[in-house]
Amino acid sequence: MNRILEKRHFSENVVQLVVEAPLIARARKPGHFVIVICDEKGERIPLTISDADTSKGTITLVIQAIGESTRQICAKEPGEYLHDVVGPLGRATHIENFGTVVCCGGGVGVAPLLPIIRAMKAAGNRVISVLAARTKDLIILEDQVRESSDEVIIMTDDGSYGTKGLVTKGVEGVINREKVDMVVTIGPAVMMKFVSLLTKKYEVPTVASLNTIMVDGTGMCGACRVTVGGKTRFVCVDGPEFDAHQVDFDEMIMRLRG
Amino acid sequence: METISPRDAQWREELRKSIPVKQRTSIPRCQMPSLDAAYRVTCNEEVNQGLSQEQAVVEATRCLDCPDPQCVTGCPVSINIPGFIKNIERGEFGQAAEVLRETSALPAVCGRVCPQEKQCESRCIYNKMKKAPVAIGYLERFAADTANAALRSGAPQPELPAEEASNGVKVAVVGSGPAGLSFAGDMARRGYKVHVFEALHEIGGVLKYGIPEFRLPNEVVDIEIEALRKMGVEFMANCVVGKTMGYDDLLNEGFRGVFVASGAGLPRFMGIPGENFVGVMSSNEYLTRVNLMGAGRPGWATPVLKGHRVAVIGGGNTAMDSCRTARRMGAEEVYIVYRRSEEEMPARVEEVIHAKEEGVTFLTLHNPVEYLSDEKGHVSAMRLQRMTLGEPDASGRRSPVPVEGDIVEMPVDEVIVSVGVSPNPLIPNSIDGLDVTRKGTLVVNDETLETTLPLLFAGGDIVRGGATVILAMGDGRRAAAAMHEKLSQAE
Repeated sequence: MNRILEKRHFSENVVQLVVEAPLIARARKPGHFVIVICDEKGERIPLTISDADTSKGTITLVIQAIGESTRQICAKEPGEYLHDVVGPLGRATHIENFGTVVCCGGGVGVAPLLPIIRAMKAAGNRVISVLAARTKDLIILEDQVRESSDEVIIMTDDGSYGTKGLVTKGVEGVINREKVDMVVTIGPAVMMKFVSLLTKKYEVPTVASLNTIMVDGTGMCGACRVTVGGKTRFVCVDGPEFDAHQVDFDEMIMRLRG
Repeated sequence: METISPRDAQWREELRKSIPVKQRTSIPRCQMPSLDAAYRVTCNEEVNQGLSQEQAVVEATRCLDCPDPQCVTGCPVSINIPGFIKNIERGEFGQAAEVLRETSALPAVCGRVCPQEKQCESRCIYNKMKKAPVAIGYLERFAADTANAALRSGAPQPELPAEEASNGVKVAVVGSGPAGLSFAGDMARRGYKVHVFEALHEIGGVLKYGIPEFRLPNEVVDIEIEALRKMGVEFMANCVVGKTMGYDDLLNEGFRGVFVASGAGLPRFMGIPGENFVGVMSSNEYLTRVNLMGAGRPGWATPVLKGHRVAVIGGGNTAMDSCRTARRMGAEEVYIVYRRSEEEMPARVEEVIHAKEEGVTFLTLHNPVEYLSDEKGHVSAMRLQRMTLGEPDASGRRSPVPVEGDIVEMPVDEVIVSVGVSPNPLIPNSIDGLDVTRKGTLVVNDETLETTLPLLFAGGDIVRGGATVILAMGDGRRAAAAMHEKLSQAE
């Protein structure tokens, strides 16, 4: 049982929870995720870690209510408990000084991107963050991203904030403007697919963090399998980050719909 | 081996003489009372109901209490089989359970899931007389269940053998499956402070997520776990050693020895076209959703695909568990697709019989080569290569050979791939200095089960790569003895 200490609404369906999990707070690195079970009869839901505080022993989760289980997690209040939290799972992000790194996040994908932005910045990279959402209210964690970025580009589908257009437009603008050594992308599968197609065209190495269906999250079930470079890989133990240019996004999108 | 029931005990000698051998051998083997097939596919109740007391005593009477009992040599952990059976015959059921406890940490489990027909029962003297062997597995289950029922109704806990005062030494166990549980019990009995770390949210490992309720009720496993808790064993769920805590963290926390029993978690796929279509999944995923996560039960949030025409690929116990689960989830047509013939199937004979009784169709000598899908990417058919049997292969079984050009196509809407598992690489990947085989299993000393790191022991499927509950349990016991010896010497 893990107690919820703080709760914040980013928008109607997007909630940030600060949860007691001292061992996970100590062990987690950028790129890691956790599995959460809301109640006794709940489902195992993979969620990314957006922040942690080792002194307080807490981790910060950002959850978008898209199904019954995520709705239940979002409905929890401070003082209440999550039935189970296990992690940190997956492989940590490979961090080094690449030079210039573009970190592009769509919607709640910005939450797991934040620790990667911070680590990339700390490693000496020039970090350009591209945050994208449908509309202004869905842009999250902008201030925190600004603190660790050399430049922040905001893209909204409806033009209500930043520049009107898709995330790819923002990324392409940067690539046309200056030399980019690495792109990290986290967001909806369709978004990552198009970012990947774009950067492939420009031959910029790109890492995508995949958010597939999982049950156990430790390699046991294989529900999360994806095809990467023609081989079947498990997102939970081999990922969640892969060379985006090798990922079969169409198959992944098909499996997410199934 | 020391036992509380030696063959030369006076009561056993008298018991042997009390009934002539001819009379004993004239008794037919008992029939396990079981639920009707038509009823049991509608529910999750345990199929085998267990022998009645009367049945058990009569079956125990069949055992001739041989001077050189071969059944014991067929048992991977050398249970004193005649010793417990003769206690059943004389009505001392508690003593029978005690004899089992001398060598087996999980008799109620093993009595249900051991492949007895390949082990103890295959060596029974009755086979030589062309008669059905003594139902050793049924009797084991009877003794263990009877003792557990007595405990629940408030009978005093029997004096455990060699229980010692706490020595304050902390040891850690990674994984709470059969190997981990048996290790924990043995070390607690020796006075160690045992902490068991489990990655999942439930304790029990494969006994909970893998083996279905209709074959091994969770209650049976929970009794064993509760008994360990009473002995002071501490369980920590949701802790992935190698992730949540590292091996170094365990050493820093003061654990003097560590036993890794993390199992063979990774499902194998065949690598054939279409295997990633929606509706094709591993048996691990299917069984975990249903057994551990409660999918299909009212009030439980986890979903599971309910196919109408389900194919299960494989011929092992997990394949049988999957096909029988599919029937219970409402599938009208369920197929076992196995590339060899029924004779080579690794599954327990009883599971094969039960699956057939429950309406599962066996497509032996068939091997899938491709899956097809509908326009949404959901599996819609499988293409099966017909096979024939060739020369024996490395496993000693006749190898399956494709019949050139003979391929059939069958419509299916769910496929459960049950062609084996690989060791979970989480531990091997997270601890420096561990030697790992080409197959990903941990290298251990054959005798002591110590890995290439001192005081780090390993057993069960992480070493064997996919074996049985009883072998895992035996490993737990052997590792406990070896670790105890090494820690005692260090004192």
